[in-house]
Amino acid sequence: MARAARTKTPSVSDAKTSAASPSRPAKAGARRSGANAPDKAELLTYYRDMLLIRRFEERAGQLYGMGLIGGFCHLYIGQEAIAVGMESIKRKGDQIVTGYRDHGHMLAAGMDPKSVMAELTGRAAGAAHGKGGSMHMFDVQAGFYGGHGIVGAQVPIGAGLAFANWYRQNGGVSFTYFGDGAANQGQVYEAFNMAQLWKLPVVFVIENNQYAMGTSVERASAETHLSRRGASFDIPGEQVDGMDVMAVAEAGARAAEHARSGKGPFILEMKTYRYRGHSMSDPAKYRTREEVDQVRKTRDPIDHLREKMEALGYTDEAAMKALDTEVKKIVADAAEFARTAPEPDPSELYTDVYAEA
Amino acid sequence: MSIEVLMPALSPTMEEGTLSKWNVKVGDAVKSGDVIAEIETDKATMEVEAVDEGVIEALLVAAGTEGVKVNTAIAKLSGEGETSETNKGDTSGDKSETGDTKSAAQTPVAKSVIAQSSAGDPEKQPPETVKTISEGEGPAPVTPRQPLVDPELPEGTKLVKISVRDALRDAIAEEMRRDDKVFLMGEEVAQYQGAYKVSRELLQEFGERRVVDTPITEYGFAGLGVGAAFAGLKPIVEFMTFNFAMQAIDAIINSAAKQRYMSGGQIACSIVFRGPNGAAARVGAQHSQDYSAWYAAVPGLKVIAPYDAADAKGLLKAAIRDPNPVVFLENEMLYGHEFDVPDPSGPGGDDWVVPIGKAKVRREGRDVTITAHSRMVGFALEAAEKLAADGIEAEVIDLRTLRPLDHETIVASVKKTNRLVSVEEGWGAFGVGAEVCQRVVEHAFDYLDAPPTRVHGEDVPMPYAANLEALALPSVDKIVTAVKAVCYK
Repeated sequence: MARAARTKTPSVSDAKTSAASPSRPAKAGARRSGANAPDKAELLTYYRDMLLIRRFEERAGQLYGMGLIGGFCHLYIGQEAIAVGMESIKRKGDQIVTGYRDHGHMLAAGMDPKSVMAELTGRAAGAAHGKGGSMHMFDVQAGFYGGHGIVGAQVPIGAGLAFANWYRQNGGVSFTYFGDGAANQGQVYEAFNMAQLWKLPVVFVIENNQYAMGTSVERASAETHLSRRGASFDIPGEQVDGMDVMAVAEAGARAAEHARSGKGPFILEMKTYRYRGHSMSDPAKYRTREEVDQVRKTRDPIDHLREKMEALGYTDEAAMKALDTEVKKIVADAAEFARTAPEPDPSELYTDVYAEA
Repeated sequence: MSIEVLMPALSPTMEEGTLSKWNVKVGDAVKSGDVIAEIETDKATMEVEAVDEGVIEALLVAAGTEGVKVNTAIAKLSGEGETSETNKGDTSGDKSETGDTKSAAQTPVAKSVIAQSSAGDPEKQPPETVKTISEGEGPAPVTPRQPLVDPELPEGTKLVKISVRDALRDAIAEEMRRDDKVFLMGEEVAQYQGAYKVSRELLQEFGERRVVDTPITEYGFAGLGVGAAFAGLKPIVEFMTFNFAMQAIDAIINSAAKQRYMSGGQIACSIVFRGPNGAAARVGAQHSQDYSAWYAAVPGLKVIAPYDAADAKGLLKAAIRDPNPVVFLENEMLYGHEFDVPDPSGPGGDDWVVPIGKAKVRREGRDVTITAHSRMVGFALEAAEKLAADGIEAEVIDLRTLRPLDHETIVASVKKTNRLVSVEEGWGAFGVGAEVCQRVVEHAFDYLDAPPTRVHGEDVPMPYAANLEALALPSVDKIVTAVKAVCYK
């Protein structure tokens, strides 16, 4: 059900399956050594998945503007390469947990765009039955553990998911995402310490989009190279071009292998950029329009991949157009569904507070 | 086919704004992400980005127009085969369908949703049911349908005297033997054998995998425990005292208590946070606080505060088995006290579990009801003996569980005695006693012969000096005085 949207283009969905299989890290390694050109189907999948997030978020922004989405809504536009690249190296049984800029991760994890959009509009058919909203969504089947609204709180939780993997010796890795703002939270370092002390299988992915709400990394952080933040705990770290989906996938594969093999946590600092404000209600006056435009023109993850594919001769006009149309339709259908689906029944007010003992 | 561009809301509270500037003119081609206009509100100036691709056909609102209502069409775009239904510009339709689920339910899409979702059909729900729920009192669904009773002990069950400390230890050990998912973590729980020796010898029996010494990082390890619980393990997180859990309260409330609800029932969080709570002796303000009322105020948590060893054991076992986050408040001063507990090696005692959510009448009496929990139960029982000498027969109710609160037992007692004194160690303001009194007023007002009253910790941080500390805490004498006052004696 959750992956139904993908199966509409069999070739793409097949590529996705193989990308998620255990053989994937070896492939990434081979590519790193330059032995093989990147696989066409794989690149198409990246492209499609990033495009889906971009179009979905644009539409979410629009629905917010129409008053159909309430509260806070943090868009992922600009950061798509991270969720998509990391998803490609994730294995079955691995977990993901992140903060409140979470829609992109949900879509990358394979959650149904309809259920995500319907959660944004607070409908019964939403991923959390309309009780969570933009910041609190979950899909255990997809290995997606949220969607957390308190800056940094997901980091010990991610270490706890890894603890459960270690406890069960099940080979799973927890991918724990947080931003440059959360990177200054004390609990992050408490989690780093325990993760390394107990060699927990966790990859800490710092999505450094340069601004913690309106405060730039330089204005908030004594050490701005966030990949070094594990140094006191002897946790290795690496800076990655988070606007390059292939670079993300390669670094992700190495980090996951490190964690999976019992060597403990690994930190990936993804250098990225968000095009929109911190949330929909942020006018983003702390940076210039030129700064944003510059990144869009020169580093956009989707354009960047498309250029690469064109150079490799992977972009046949008709197929790209079809893909574009398919993604637009998925998003339009999700928006229509989210707009018309019923709100939760009033009787749901008191359900799910407690589980029956 | 043209698409209407609507005046967007840029914040949760924005209703209208000024369209200060157009960045495009009729005939311009725009694509997703292009800034087409600037909007001003009283708080900020914002840029409006295009979502759809197309050519500007018309600008419907002139630059500089003030008070443009959200969702007003401000421009027309000629689409390029855009598939979106949301953009067709029927704004009035949008509004009514958002607000009214029934009209939305007329569409075929919405019908299929109802069929898929477990939420049920709003149209099939009798309105009275809804009304009852919205006006209901407290967490109704938690209150068990069947009346809870303590487990019956088989004839001839042997009782053994053990300390509260060992009862807690036995409860943890028995549950760890029973279920591999259960593990204990906290400061000094393993090699040191427990700061208060509650986890004595557990490391030897269960090993380092299941008895885990943590660094002194309450926020971190409480959050880590919550993550492990999300993944299906059943952590017992020990705080050396609940004073230190203040560092972790975000993990307990924001991450554990709310998880099930905000995930629409998808993610359970079966976890026990336990440790000593309240005042020990002469440890001063930062080590002597009673957090009963803090946690008992939070939906999603269960909160237990036992008095004797049998309850400590039976309720901790129930807490570990419970699929919800449980805050289990112990008392350091009671750890060494010995009480009768069913012999674990005999019938009735081999799996001694006490139901959560059931108060216990510790002493029957006709003249006044005294409610208390944790260490204060002992004070209340002592006060009752003194009062009996003066001819006042007090009924003493041990609350045992604070959330869900068993107000049926309290109310039934007050209907008999017509008087209430609640006792708690914590501060009175917004406290457990305040809640108990309110429930009695609500459910037994006509039975009361005197205003319900409270005995509680004084409204000051805990002082260090021995005499001041004694003055700050409830005492047997304070309870006796309060009871005599409500009995007009």
